[in-house]
Amino acid sequence: MTLSNTIDRGPLYFRDRDWHPPAYTPGYKTSMTRAPFRPLVALGSTLSEETGPAFGQSMLGELDNNLILNFTGDPAIGERIIVHGKVMDENGRGVPGVLVEIWQANAGGRYRHKKDSYAAPLDPNFGGCGRTITRPDGSYEFLTVRPGAYPWPNRVNDWRPMHIHLSIFGSGFGQRLITQMYFEGDPLIQRCPIVKTIGQQKAIDVLVAPLDMNRAIPMDCLAYKFDVVLRGRRQSFFENRKEGL
Amino acid sequence: MQELEYLKETTSQTAGPYVHIGLTPNKLGIPGIYPVDLGESPISEGAKGERITITGTVRDGAGMILRDALIESWQADADGIYPGNDPRGAADPNVSGWARIIADFDSGEWTLKTIKPGRVPFPDGRLMAPHIALWVVARGINLGLQTRIYFEGEDNDSCPVLQRIEFRERVNTLIARKTGEGEYRFDIILQGEDETVFFDM
Repeated sequence: MTLSNTIDRGPLYFRDRDWHPPAYTPGYKTSMTRAPFRPLVALGSTLSEETGPAFGQSMLGELDNNLILNFTGDPAIGERIIVHGKVMDENGRGVPGVLVEIWQANAGGRYRHKKDSYAAPLDPNFGGCGRTITRPDGSYEFLTVRPGAYPWPNRVNDWRPMHIHLSIFGSGFGQRLITQMYFEGDPLIQRCPIVKTIGQQKAIDVLVAPLDMNRAIPMDCLAYKFDVVLRGRRQSFFENRKEGL
Repeated sequence: MQELEYLKETTSQTAGPYVHIGLTPNKLGIPGIYPVDLGESPISEGAKGERITITGTVRDGAGMILRDALIESWQADADGIYPGNDPRGAADPNVSGWARIIADFDSGEWTLKTIKPGRVPFPDGRLMAPHIALWVVARGINLGLQTRIYFEGEDNDSCPVLQRIEFRERVNTLIARKTGEGEYRFDIILQGEDETVFFDM
């Protein structure tokens, strides 16, 4: 690991927990027994949340962000897409040098996981994971196939919309985030109990990636744009710190 | 009125049951994409400090052990310095500080082998008791849960973070119990009786 974020040091902005989904969301059944019932203990960030692990470009393999080729070297089947965007903080600054990991089902909605028994077949040339590190301006890019929708045991006839899972690091452990990216125009989005764990439509909209024809490559692949925003840091010089930090 | 131009943090969603595909593909049995899974160990050969092993489970409100939980840990070195962007200077080069831990697919037990971290200052300069920060995600958890491992036998009462826990008996849920020389037990209970303290910080 190399150190790529030596200047990001301020206290973190608090999380807007009315914006994020609450823990207890009965429409998504599994949350009912996995949601804490006691209130969270709330206080400002400390060094334990303001510092975090750093990752260097050197850990990446050449095909790590190319899910079409990174499993066997032969191309996966499906709709070829670029997923690209920028990781920023709440101050609008690009966050460089941070790790972005993704995972997803194949074009038929089947995951390469021993617990997935959906009837759609595995694609022998599709693994389903990728990773990259953001560039100096915070941008990132993946090449993959568009995942299919799939059914899941929640209510009798629940289907997940097409989605890609993303795991994002910031410069502090308190910025750690996992989310899901959805695709513009998918009619399953508004029917999904996991999407609807989120209370506000605006907070759902930020998870829907628009089709980006400007980044599509003619006769090769389409593109979707997905920007990610992490918790910002306070930049005031007036900190009540006694430690000479 | 002028507009405040802050962006909103991207909304969280559950990691889901297949989180291992993305974050620990080798442990799931998908070799060949990455040479090793990330976060295998927070320390390397030669790290200074007391070697410890922490074992535990994550349990839900029905008393069931989660077999699909994923935990990440973040800690300081033996002198209380964080690797990377700690403003006080460089940490022990043999401490990366970060680990990614999954529950065993059959038993649900997880294990973290590391060194005991030193004390780190709270923003006002008082020292926090030695602790390891945890972030817990799984199917059914909509936003990653923040908690901390503290250690039996340390001066935990003086920790400015633990002092913020109003119901004092709940502090016990954050203290790893010593089970042997260098061995600790830390069970995370998501809901119900003896529910683990989770933080918003």
